[in-house]
Amino acid sequence: MRGANVVFNLFLSSSRLQKKRAVLTIASIAWGSVSLLLLLAFGQGLRDQLTVANRGMGDGIAVLWASETTKNWQGLPAGRSLHFLPEDSQLLRERVPLLDGAIGEFVTWGTNFTYGKKTVNAQLIGTEAAYGALRNHVPVPGGRFLNTEDINLRRRVVFLGGELAHDLFGNADPVGKQMLINAIPYTVVGVLEKRLQMGTYGGPDKNHAVIPITTFQAQIGRKYLANLVIRAADPKMMKTALEEMRKVFAAKYGFDPEDERAIRNWDTVAGQKVMRNILLGIQGFLGIIGGLTLMIGGVGVANIMYATVKERTREIGVKMALGARPAWITGPLVLEGFAYTVLGGLLGLLFSMAIIIGLGFIPTEGNEALEFLGKPTLSPAVGAIAAGILGVIGLLAAYFPARRAASIDPAQTLRYE
Amino acid sequence: MSVTLERARPQVTDVIAMSRITKVYDTGKIRVEALKGVDLRISAGEFVAIVGPSGSGKSTLMNLVGCLDTPSAGTYLLRNKEVAGLDKNELAKIRNERVGFVFQNFNLLPQITAFENVEMPLLFGGVARKERKERVHALLAKVGLADRMEHRPTELSGGQMQRVAVARALAMNPDIVLADEPTGNLDTSSGGDVMSLFEELWKQGRTMIVITHDAALARRAGRVIEIRDGVIVSDK
Repeated sequence: MRGANVVFNLFLSSSRLQKKRAVLTIASIAWGSVSLLLLLAFGQGLRDQLTVANRGMGDGIAVLWASETTKNWQGLPAGRSLHFLPEDSQLLRERVPLLDGAIGEFVTWGTNFTYGKKTVNAQLIGTEAAYGALRNHVPVPGGRFLNTEDINLRRRVVFLGGELAHDLFGNADPVGKQMLINAIPYTVVGVLEKRLQMGTYGGPDKNHAVIPITTFQAQIGRKYLANLVIRAADPKMMKTALEEMRKVFAAKYGFDPEDERAIRNWDTVAGQKVMRNILLGIQGFLGIIGGLTLMIGGVGVANIMYATVKERTREIGVKMALGARPAWITGPLVLEGFAYTVLGGLLGLLFSMAIIIGLGFIPTEGNEALEFLGKPTLSPAVGAIAAGILGVIGLLAAYFPARRAASIDPAQTLRYE
Repeated sequence: MSVTLERARPQVTDVIAMSRITKVYDTGKIRVEALKGVDLRISAGEFVAIVGPSGSGKSTLMNLVGCLDTPSAGTYLLRNKEVAGLDKNELAKIRNERVGFVFQNFNLLPQITAFENVEMPLLFGGVARKERKERVHALLAKVGLADRMEHRPTELSGGQMQRVAVARALAMNPDIVLADEPTGNLDTSSGGDVMSLFEELWKQGRTMIVITHDAALARRAGRVIEIRDGVIVSDK
């Protein structure tokens, strides 16, 4: 306790002597911290945005397409076309308990959407009410997605993608308005909220429109579904669920259960895992660059501490002669190095926060690069990583000079002038 | 040689009892035998001058006596306590409590005031703030510098600096005051002041050990030890 008191007293008396140096050292650490924090924050922002975008299409879903058989099976030749029927979604829900959602999609291209004098050509989807939750079709407040009633009553209602709605209605609110789809009147019940979406099949969701599956069958009259969308209750079980799904369809449509290419699938769970790892890698890389920059600041601290020790060699010798323990010589030096590091780190944090808050005022609307990059985030994890790196650098920067100071031989330094 | 051997009988009042002390500096390339078997006893209250030419081993002896360094061989009892084998912290404690150093070049810390310089050993000794203040005031008054308390060393004359150094050496009330050429950097009159101060301290019962070239200072000491090539050649 007494030792700590002595060390602190000495620290206070020595640190006020080197103001200009201290300021420069702190500035270098602050600079390093800013670059580390900003790089990590941009990495985090990119990661968050890409993760959101990745889930934009729906979280943990897989999309299935019926393809062609590639193996002979029970006398049937390879190369037969397979097609999903509307009732197949019901079949999957009943026969694959690992799934917590399975719905079919009818798709037609080149549909005319008309409002007033304006006609737009876009994709039309016919599907069930559960599609909203599965495919992340969140309505803009004031509207809603299709519901079971719409399906059961075969209502002529439509849910519009955001951009399609804007093309037709401009800035007016489309909800409740009548419009024409292939010259047949429909009522708009909701508009898809703007969201980042990375993966698409058949175009981004903001450009399509969704109507009840029953209405679609009545008005457009397709026999086969374009695809099925499924989701496993537990994302980890997606692979198993896909295998079970194939067995169910193999039995129904008569193909080899081992024929993996008969039903094509896009498993976003597996994709997201790869993506997550890539993003983690990117952030790690950015962190390393930032860390290296900060290291230069650390070298600065070590350098100034070395110079201090060298300059104070005689002073240290005198103190030792007067009865200072080695720890009382090194203690203040370590404290000094650490104080520079901590102060620099805090300053760097403040600067980084200011920059990040400032960046928040730059509009990212409409610019895709900025939408992904313009949202740097100082998460607790980023802070912890930066603090950890700073701490290690501070320790190293203080340790070596202090060790050198402790090895000073008082007899040697006092003998000669 | 015979003289030193004769003095090697132990006495209870010995502050310093060194026997067969050798000190070898071995840098790997060069091996220097700075002390070649020194026997030295100094009793409490003695005023001893150690004289000898440059390179004779005076400073090495002083470093050993002051526990700034440890002997290569031999035994050194300081107040009947063996010094060999003590670790750095214990040596620091001895330097702090038992020995007061006065150097030729004063060795005051230039960035801090006279007060803070004198306070330094008290800080290392763990003396409380209030007592530190009282003692520093008393010490600086004793060396006649009560009005120079807040001056930095650069604002003081050589004689004044050396008197601050003496006050600092006395701060922890040590057994021995060890002075290495204390008047070497001073003019005659300041040197005389410092010498008078030493005599006064000696009269108050302190053990004074002074290493010097200065014949005048050596004459004032009750005992003069001459050292040459690492051995004591005369002691009278």
